[in-house]
Amino acid sequence: MSVLLQEMSEKALKLNIPLSVQLDLTYRCNERCVHCYLDHDDHGEMTTAEIKHLLDEMADAGVFILTLSGGEIFLRKDFFDLLEHARRLMFCVKLKTNAVLIREREAARLRDLGVESVQISIYSHRPEVHDAITLIPGSLKRSVDAIRFLKSQGLKVIIANVLMTQNRHDYPGVRALAAELGVECTLDPTITPMMDGNRSVLDLAVDQGTLRQVFRDAALVGDVDEFCAIPAEPGESELNSTPCSAGHTACYVSPYGEVFPCVQFPLPTGNVRQQRFVDIWRHSDRMNEVRSIRLKDLTTCTSCTHVGSCTRCPGLAFMEGNMRGPSTQDCEKSFARTGVPSANMLAKKAAGSQGHANLGQNNLVQIRTLPSLSSATA
Amino acid sequence: MSRLYMARNPRVAARSLDGEMMIMSSRDSTLFTLNRTATILWQAADGTTPLDEIVEHRIVPEFEVGPAEALQDAETLARELASHEILQISEQPILPRNPVAGESWAKGSTTGESR
Repeated sequence: MSVLLQEMSEKALKLNIPLSVQLDLTYRCNERCVHCYLDHDDHGEMTTAEIKHLLDEMADAGVFILTLSGGEIFLRKDFFDLLEHARRLMFCVKLKTNAVLIREREAARLRDLGVESVQISIYSHRPEVHDAITLIPGSLKRSVDAIRFLKSQGLKVIIANVLMTQNRHDYPGVRALAAELGVECTLDPTITPMMDGNRSVLDLAVDQGTLRQVFRDAALVGDVDEFCAIPAEPGESELNSTPCSAGHTACYVSPYGEVFPCVQFPLPTGNVRQQRFVDIWRHSDRMNEVRSIRLKDLTTCTSCTHVGSCTRCPGLAFMEGNMRGPSTQDCEKSFARTGVPSANMLAKKAAGSQGHANLGQNNLVQIRTLPSLSSATA
Repeated sequence: MSRLYMARNPRVAARSLDGEMMIMSSRDSTLFTLNRTATILWQAADGTTPLDEIVEHRIVPEFEVGPAEALQDAETLARELASHEILQISEQPILPRNPVAGESWAKGSTTGESR
């Protein structure tokens, strides 16, 4: 994040302005990725008019960065109509897509509309691995062709590489592919539980050995010694800081109009079909509860060595049953980085717990549509 | 003396944050924040109102500065904003058009001659 954007984020935080919103236009998708946390049915997506009205409200509320995602956004027949509306409102628009439906014409239109960046999921440089994850033969070629079309238009493209057991050996190959294509590449080892509460996809997460290897790859993390250093004890200001931007300067809106603190934090805070976006943002009790949490308020983590440097995701913690509790996946990352077990890991060991073994029994909140709205169509 | 016209580049992203205008360049995703004078120019850049009129009606009354000096400073600023592709400038009025369909795009914004 640039220094200036950091300054703007701090200003937005003080002013309680949602600087950044991810809006999923649909959960429908033309791929069937094995690790995906979504169902792919349409339970009553917002209509074109509803989404345009929401975009108007979000612009009025001060939203600047708008990430359009899904599902696969190009499955919305009104996608370019919505994108044009968003750009008229001068949002900084980022897209997340598998790009399978992007050809020359779509790429040219995205450029003309001033899209800031296009993030495309690539799981491997090898078709047999990528296509086995998307479950769509030929999908790697389609996505890579699309990257070339987008690059030829001068658009900024970012390859998003989710690391899982199936592709754990391929991230150097994906990085090489990104270099060949002249695009950025990100690597994320986080697997999100499914929206219906099913945690079986977590079995796809890579093991400690792979995490340790990734975190010691200087091409990925820069200064390995610094990245893997045991963190210093946090000061008072760190303990009074907020865990992440979710609910503070950022939030997520589902295709059904539900507002959540983050795409990975399925705590329902309101629905834009029933309330104005800004009213949910400012006045939702749940949003304000999320907003009230400081690092010093965390249950297990406050006493943890890693509290000041951990990537702890409050949404993943929420899906484990407590938004103030630890996120096991992030405990594992901290352990892989430093070799020092987290307070959560030590507590589980003391209690005889076996990591993921009992997590599936925890109370999960699901993202679901409102029954009365299920007849609405896009 | 020729007149200068300004239009907002429709490919940038922009939002006012508590009166401070944020602009994201579509060329390289650089973020800018505009000072008060630049914000006035940005907001008034409709492609058809000449810079000298903007200075006379919007800048001189607000900043207690002489018209000639204000115009010179404003022109320098407009050219700087144009160099970052935030504004387009031209000695002719800049007519709005949709970059995709050739239709009306958004009030006060156009595709740029400089692109």
